[in-house]
Amino acid sequence: MSTTVERVSHRAAEAIPGPTGARRLGYRRRERVYQWLFLLPAAAYLVLFFGYPVVKNVLMSFQDYSTSTFYTGEAPWVGFANYASVLSSSLFSTSLINTALFTAGSIAGQFVLGLGLAVFFKQRFPLNGILRSLLLLPWLLPLIVSSAVWRWILDKDSGALNNFLESLGLISTGIPWLTSTSLALAAVVGVNIWIGIPFNVTVLYGGLQDIPDELYEAAALDGATGWRAFRHVTWPMLRPVVSVVLVLGVVYTLKVLDIILGLTNGGPANSTQTIATQSYALSFQDFKFGEGAAMGNVLVLISLVFAVLYLRVNRRAVDE
Amino acid sequence: MKSAFVSTKAAALAVTALAGIPLVLSGCGASPAPGGGAVSEITVVDYYNNEPDKSVIGNTLEACGSQSGVSIKRETIPGKSLIAKVLQQASSKTLPDVLMLDNPDLQQIAGTGALAPLSDFKISTDGYPEGILSAGTYKDKVYGLAPTVNTIALFYNKDVLAQAGVTPPKTWEELKSAAAKLTSGDQYGLAFNANATYEGTWQFLPFMWSNGGDEKNIDTSETAEALQLWTDLVDSGSVSSSALNWTQADVNDQFVAGKAAMMVNGPWQIPVLEKQASLQYGVVNIPVKDASKTAVGPLGGEVWTVPQTGNKDKQAKAAEIVACMNSDENQLAMAKARNTIPSKTAVAEQFAAENPKLASFADLVKDARARTGQLGEDWPAQATKIYTAIQTALTDKATPADALKQAQEG
Repeated sequence: MSTTVERVSHRAAEAIPGPTGARRLGYRRRERVYQWLFLLPAAAYLVLFFGYPVVKNVLMSFQDYSTSTFYTGEAPWVGFANYASVLSSSLFSTSLINTALFTAGSIAGQFVLGLGLAVFFKQRFPLNGILRSLLLLPWLLPLIVSSAVWRWILDKDSGALNNFLESLGLISTGIPWLTSTSLALAAVVGVNIWIGIPFNVTVLYGGLQDIPDELYEAAALDGATGWRAFRHVTWPMLRPVVSVVLVLGVVYTLKVLDIILGLTNGGPANSTQTIATQSYALSFQDFKFGEGAAMGNVLVLISLVFAVLYLRVNRRAVDE
Repeated sequence: MKSAFVSTKAAALAVTALAGIPLVLSGCGASPAPGGGAVSEITVVDYYNNEPDKSVIGNTLEACGSQSGVSIKRETIPGKSLIAKVLQQASSKTLPDVLMLDNPDLQQIAGTGALAPLSDFKISTDGYPEGILSAGTYKDKVYGLAPTVNTIALFYNKDVLAQAGVTPPKTWEELKSAAAKLTSGDQYGLAFNANATYEGTWQFLPFMWSNGGDEKNIDTSETAEALQLWTDLVDSGSVSSSALNWTQADVNDQFVAGKAAMMVNGPWQIPVLEKQASLQYGVVNIPVKDASKTAVGPLGGEVWTVPQTGNKDKQAKAAEIVACMNSDENQLAMAKARNTIPSKTAVAEQFAAENPKLASFADLVKDARARTGQLGEDWPAQATKIYTAIQTALTDKATPADALKQAQEG
């Protein structure tokens, strides 16, 4: 297909100094038609698989969409009733706060550790490549597997983590990582950080590769090495990549569902319930699809803020 | 010029093909059922996708099919995806001829109008206990019948109890003191599952129900007493607080590993327990508050239904399959192979005599209560409230009474 594009544009380019204006116009129009034709599959794909679900979800949130709707096709309009019941539920504020803590905690941890590792791996040392590929491991594991394994590791009585801490003599009784209302969220954030590190390292490492060595040499001549080199060379040069990583990370993290479901299912006592898990529970456990959709749309709205931010940041990054 | 034209055609073709996808998809769904006359094939959907259940149920279905002169086209879907699949099939009018449902989901699906009442096909409902029929009933009509059922009871490690000089507890006081005595070192006295799913609710029901608690309103002193018992057991350290995150399979692992002397669990764990040569276990009713109370178990098991597919001939054949699955012989054979209990009272009695290990379950199942018996379609929402209250109380965020009150008020 790509060869066709070249040929078509090539022909059009040839046609420009053509003999008559009418012919030139004809070519131009045809070229425009071709352009649209090539856009069509992508546009159709977007409308089908992104546009339709989003519109459907918005409509659903204004309907009394229950299990019977699937059989009868009837879903009466209820206005803002779904939003009202979702937003007035005592669980909403808990979920909102948890979502904010989960997202902020995960992003902070993933980014700081990811950046640290990226800078570390920029140095040349033996086994660098192998270690770097090992770091990708969390990314390769299906999330449901990671959460099952972490559930064992974090078990209070027989979990590997508590056994390890006990053998070091740091604790005498097991810490209830996943079953204490004050620790569960932190534990879940910890696991999510582990999962998010590869993404951060990969992108930030790529950004670091783009910084020319000459800059460091010049900085070294001026006496800036180590921390000062990082502050005055690495960080400013890396900033465009950093903003992209952060904004993408936020959007990814807001919608995290499988890890929380696999680790705690939103418990104990809703202490790890987020808007995403709450939306899932409403739709697929309580079968209140309308309310689930309303909750989902709240999340979409929040993500949208960051998506707009991403587009702006991205444009600036490209411009730079 | 030529090459450009050819590729335009190709592109146009690609576009039409893409745009055509939905048409093709809906075309599949709308294919008309073969009209009238002999029915040669019956489609079946169930969630028995693990052995030995997969083969046991599959073979029984095959046998029933050949008895009715039809071939069986069976699809097994993992339990968690079944309802989503059924709803999709309902909206695209592609429901199978015979559908298996977990009993607490039956009323939800029957409420949509997707199922046919079994009385339409003159399927007998005689000989089933009240609880089992009510699990398959929606608005006074029976829509589903379970060939075999189950419930939960108290498993105990015979050797550990004998060593500690403890007899299997019958009352809550006995349970508390037994669990305390059996707790030492790495070993907890008791294990149950209090996780944030319907499984957690299901494990709590026998305690709540046998004390007179009721799911319609959980803000009562009877239910609070039951929850107080669980809270005491966890607070005193007789039950690990990990129970808040365990599944029933995890609970079984703890019991098998010798980390719990007793556990609340169901007969489906028996195959795993039987594999442990050194493990001697017994099964008794879940303890009740005092001798004046009777043990009430929650009813588990799957019902077979006939969806409204619009093809009367096929529905009639499907009903024959459902009736055949529920015949006395098949109930007995499937119960034996799957460590579950035949649902008909008379068959269950015969079964208990032949399989003493399952006798206490057979006894419990007679009076077992269906989760949806009272609330029907409203059960999922209330079940969520129950496990939320359990978790709130067990993590000491509120007293049992307050936790139940908060949960009931939403």
